[in-house]
Amino acid sequence: MGQATEKNSGMRPTAEGKPLAHVEKHFHPGVPRLERETEKTTVALVGNPNVGKSVVFNYLSGLYVDVSNYPGTTVEINRGVFENYVVYDTPGVYGISSFSDEESVTRDIVLDADLVIDVVDATHLERDLFLTQQLVDMGKKMIVVLNFMDEVKRQKVEINVERLQHFLGVKVIPTIAVRKVGLDELKQSLPDAREGTQREELHSLLHTMLSRVGSQAEALLVLEGDPYVAARHGISPGTHQERIYIDRRNRVNYIVNHVVVDHATSMQLSGLLGRWAMKPLTGVPMLLTSLYLLYLLVGKFVAQDIVDLTENQLGKGIWEPWLRSAIVSLMSWPPWLEALLVGEFGVLTMTTTYLLFLLLPLVIGFYVALALLEDSGYLPRLATLVDRLLNFLGLNGRAVIPLILGFGCVTSATITTRLLGSEREKTIATTILQFAIPCSAQLAVIAALLAGAGFAPLVVYVSVILAVLISIGTLLNRLMKGESAPLLIDLPPMRLPRFRNVARKTSVRTYQFMKEATPWFFVGALVVGMLQITGLLDAWQRALMPVTTRWLQLPPEAATAFVMGIVRRDFGAAGLYSMMFSPMQIVVALVTITLFVPCVASLMVMLKERGVKQGVLIWAGTWIVAFAVGGIVSHILI
Amino acid sequence: MVRQSRKVPLVVVRSGDHVRIVSVPSGKLRTQFIRLGINEGERVVCLERLPGGTIVIQKNRQQIALGHQLARQVIVQMESARNEEN
Repeated sequence: MGQATEKNSGMRPTAEGKPLAHVEKHFHPGVPRLERETEKTTVALVGNPNVGKSVVFNYLSGLYVDVSNYPGTTVEINRGVFENYVVYDTPGVYGISSFSDEESVTRDIVLDADLVIDVVDATHLERDLFLTQQLVDMGKKMIVVLNFMDEVKRQKVEINVERLQHFLGVKVIPTIAVRKVGLDELKQSLPDAREGTQREELHSLLHTMLSRVGSQAEALLVLEGDPYVAARHGISPGTHQERIYIDRRNRVNYIVNHVVVDHATSMQLSGLLGRWAMKPLTGVPMLLTSLYLLYLLVGKFVAQDIVDLTENQLGKGIWEPWLRSAIVSLMSWPPWLEALLVGEFGVLTMTTTYLLFLLLPLVIGFYVALALLEDSGYLPRLATLVDRLLNFLGLNGRAVIPLILGFGCVTSATITTRLLGSEREKTIATTILQFAIPCSAQLAVIAALLAGAGFAPLVVYVSVILAVLISIGTLLNRLMKGESAPLLIDLPPMRLPRFRNVARKTSVRTYQFMKEATPWFFVGALVVGMLQITGLLDAWQRALMPVTTRWLQLPPEAATAFVMGIVRRDFGAAGLYSMMFSPMQIVVALVTITLFVPCVASLMVMLKERGVKQGVLIWAGTWIVAFAVGGIVSHILI
Repeated sequence: MVRQSRKVPLVVVRSGDHVRIVSVPSGKLRTQFIRLGINEGERVVCLERLPGGTIVIQKNRQQIALGHQLARQVIVQMESARNEEN
């Protein structure tokens, strides 16, 4: 690693070790580059989705890991340090270019890295080697990790590693990452990372571009028509993409044909399970079963048993009285300040109870559920199953991912609508999310309230929300111009989720969520507390009285929940928690609060993603629809 | 063997049918097709045809799902059916 010490900020060595002085010009506004360490060798960990990349990352990085969003994006990047290396875990991608934020981030990390570890699913060589061959073509120093060798053996497939090594021209290390087999060899082999065999077809093409761009990796991406990399060098993107891609595909097929011998005869159970998940006859029961199991985990175990323990016993039983007496005994406070700090909506009492004893367990529960869904490979099959149905709403199956994520946090789900193919789909999915999808914290309060109300209210609530969801989607699909993009996805194999990965994903996401949510809860409590002290809360309740008591037929205090709901949705639903309702009033209140405005954070993200005009339109629409539908339900039921 | 060498849109094939890809639509999705290994000349099996025309194809161990609109635009040539009465 001799060249590792030659680096200094602003100078970046190319594959040939010559420093480039024009790094500053490489910025493009959407995705700024990561700041690099000056001393250590940077390693990019790259691979297709679900290939065990994070297991390799965990092994290499050990304890010293930090997580951050890649500057200017919402893409999560793990960064770990070991020995003399800094390793970046990149999002799973099928190739390197600028199709999505994930690809752009991966592209830039790879371009900046000194060497690349490419993790390959040995059971899916045809798919995965396309990326591998692209990295070879980029001329990056690299090592290939051939993961899931145990599954290869079980599937009675033989892979000639020697020959694969020969074709690629780089070291290939067979591993079983979850059992740590081969990972030590990987660690020892990092100094052996080298550039692969350059193919003759590419040589002349690259040669001309290389003189204009400076690094083989960037030259290749420009030839492949990557607009951002081309713009960084002030040249127009190349037009050779299809030719290069087809050549590469043929090369990969050639390699696979000469390296893999398939002795398999029958389908594996995981294969069968994967097929069943997509057929309506078996897929719908599987979906219902999974949803029921998730409900047992999140809606029952966490939302009721655990939250009862934490919120009532710990929060209201021990923490709040203790804090109140501690604060009161500290000094004699003016009554308004005391109310503000430790009163009914106390910034110190209510906020901490909501955050630590209500929200935290719920969010953890939800993220565990989400990680299980993701890591099992179930989501893409679910997308396939529901594709045709979502077509009626002007969406394709992929939209099931933001919609399901919305049950976690509408704010982050709104961001993931980016993965949808067209503006039209993004608008439809965002609108559905903001109107009709309750987020996890809200959902948990809803589940707890409905559990107390009985079966009929549950059915009514679910049907009303579903009806609104379907009407919004269908209406937008009719009204909006254009056509939605069709479904085209790769189905990764079904696998048993690994405990460590689920735990890590959950802790990272929970931390990010709490970090983002906490200030809003303090602000919300402060606002509501101030409104209460100044008498504005009463005024608001009186102003909304005709709507709350006559139209919705709820007690006047329900108006408080709506104020709180403007700040955070879950906050609003939590406000309903302490009020006394009849079962049917619960349904009305929950329908209204579910359809009501998204939280402030969500609104901000929506304004950013969809523009001010559309964002405000959707936001205002939720007021109208929430009160209209709530009132109609109320007049039918009560 | 009557159906051999007929060129049809992918959306009409049945599960178990072996087909050869004759053409994939041009445009932005074409790159994605090539990356996933579904370019002209490749042989694939239709793993599932879901009601409504969502198609799942398999090439060796790789499975890919296509929406019905897309499956209409992919032209394939029938190679053989798994069994004729299927």
